[in-house]
Amino acid sequence: MRSLKSITLSLALTLGMLTAAQNVYAAGSGGTITERDWTFSGPFGYFDQASLQRGFQVYREVCSGCHGLDYIAFRNFADLGYNEAEIKAIAAEFEVTDGPNDEGEMFIRAGIPADRYPSPYANENAARAANGGAYPPDLSLMIKARPNGANYLYSLLTGYADAPAGVEMPDGMHYNSAYSGHLIAMPQPLYGDDVTLADGSDASIEALAADVVTFLAWTSEPELEARKRTGIAAMIFLLVMCFVSYGSMRYVWSDVKK
Amino acid sequence: MEMQNFKNPVVRWIDHRLPVFSFMHHELHEYPTPKNLNYLWNLGSLAGFALVIMIVTGIILAMHYTPHVDHAFASVERIMRDVNHGWLIRYIHMNGASFFFIVVYIHIFRGLYYGSYKAPRELLWMLGVVILLLMMATAFMGYVLPWGQMSFWGATVITNLFSAIPFVGESIVVWLWGGFSVDNPTLSRFFALHYLMPFLIAGVVILHIIALHRFGSNNPLGIDVSGKQDTIPFHPYYTSKDLFGAVVFLTIFASAVFFYPNFLGHPDNYIPANPLQTPAHIVPEWYFLPFYAILRAIPDKLGGVLFMFGAIAVLFVLPWLDKSPVRSGRFRPVFKVFFWLLLLDCILLGYLGAKPAEGIYVVLSRLATGWYFFHFLIVLPALSLVERTRPLPQSISAPVLGGGAMAGAGAASKEKPNA
Repeated sequence: MRSLKSITLSLALTLGMLTAAQNVYAAGSGGTITERDWTFSGPFGYFDQASLQRGFQVYREVCSGCHGLDYIAFRNFADLGYNEAEIKAIAAEFEVTDGPNDEGEMFIRAGIPADRYPSPYANENAARAANGGAYPPDLSLMIKARPNGANYLYSLLTGYADAPAGVEMPDGMHYNSAYSGHLIAMPQPLYGDDVTLADGSDASIEALAADVVTFLAWTSEPELEARKRTGIAAMIFLLVMCFVSYGSMRYVWSDVKK
Repeated sequence: MEMQNFKNPVVRWIDHRLPVFSFMHHELHEYPTPKNLNYLWNLGSLAGFALVIMIVTGIILAMHYTPHVDHAFASVERIMRDVNHGWLIRYIHMNGASFFFIVVYIHIFRGLYYGSYKAPRELLWMLGVVILLLMMATAFMGYVLPWGQMSFWGATVITNLFSAIPFVGESIVVWLWGGFSVDNPTLSRFFALHYLMPFLIAGVVILHIIALHRFGSNNPLGIDVSGKQDTIPFHPYYTSKDLFGAVVFLTIFASAVFFYPNFLGHPDNYIPANPLQTPAHIVPEWYFLPFYAILRAIPDKLGGVLFMFGAIAVLFVLPWLDKSPVRSGRFRPVFKVFFWLLLLDCILLGYLGAKPAEGIYVVLSRLATGWYFFHFLIVLPALSLVERTRPLPQSISAPVLGGGAMAGAGAASKEKPNA
């Protein structure tokens, strides 16, 4: 009885502290967020490879005009289901500055799988100059860098609308129901049917947004599938060990009189 | 310490010259421990376990990390993406800090409830508070290392606290930074100190254990051990119990590491540090929130800093604030109520520390801060004088008052010499 009480006490304590902690970061954006079911959420989460490939296509044809993907190399696209030859072919479609060569000159060559995904701008100043002073952030970690990242980004991409009557729109700003304060510098990137998907699937704005969010969830957490699979194995092992160690403790303690 | 007669000739040869085996046998095997400890007494060994996890994963991370403002963030991402199982090592370390604090906070509240700080364990308790302080410094500097937005701005806010010191404050801050803002020199020294301090913690932990073993563990009844019938050898009884506790801890810990690794973190720390852009709300890690709430509750900067450190300082002198001769809260009906109020107060402070310092939150923060100090400085000394405590049992073996003493000697049967 006593021990049951103290276990409950410890758990209650822990939960109390965690809830207090969680409250912190949920505090939030002030925008309207749509909650969706993602294949990659939950302990059994995984990435849908077809969706990843479509999302990559959307990123490449739409987002990559302004947003970089600094932490992703072409070789990482093996996770998307591409084989080595396909990855080499994708990399070769990009031009990469390399060097200096033996003459001391920088030179342009075709990309190879080891290259990082090329940035759209030479540096932050160039990016700001091209975007009216706003800096399009790198997207590699975007889903982890925003509270409720996947739902937030999905809501942002589908949240563009005409400003309600009475809202004054400053020059170069756009109305977005998901964005904190509703005024965002980024123009609406997706309208639906902006990309002709390679697999011919639905190109509505919702489908495109979901695909690119899936792709960016992968760029944020490429280890996600391995992590969750390892986690399931670890939990099974540990739960068995809980019973084993509990049993051995009870056996050892069987001769102690209360 | 009695020398043991070990069967193994090599062990015996070594032990005769260097009695480490006798020492271990004495302190980890036959060490007499009250037989009535509940699961809350698992948290001490768990804290030691968490420290080992942190040191091991930390050393591996240090092999791959680059303490430079231009490379720190990218090197952490490299660990997450390109180092074999780097994500696992880093998530264990990152969540390990939180779980270390969870374990230690439960450990502290257990001590508060059962009066483990009272004579003759005052130094044991004070060494524990030293460990807590060292842990806080270590955790704070560790959080700066990934060089995300919260790393940078957290470091800026906390180091700026020292500027509240009259006359020399500004100079001290410049000295801490190694420059005129949080920058590369700050990052390098935080890395060096973050690597050093866990070993200082380990040193104080050894002192903590030496002090513990002087009089042995307190127990849920809070009464002294009256004889052999009240104790059992540490091994195999508490080793098996600590092992079970450790597996339960690992199960909960693993579910966080594998399934919700960023639950306790702040999303802003996945944005690289930017000295030109202040985040909307700068919040420390959750385990600092109660102290952060106290800091902000006081309208004066120096006052806030003093109260924040005062919140720890009252723990140092706690053995002299609570003079009640009864240790365990079980026999102190009024104290018990105030204990739970204090716990709620600390959770409330944690909640308030996460909220913006405006409106009702400021008022509540001040009330909660007031209650915290009221508890330690007024309630505990007053209760020591006026509280009518319930009668204590005669001994651990006879927990029912006036009941016949049972012989608990059966426990010795598993304890064969040289087993």
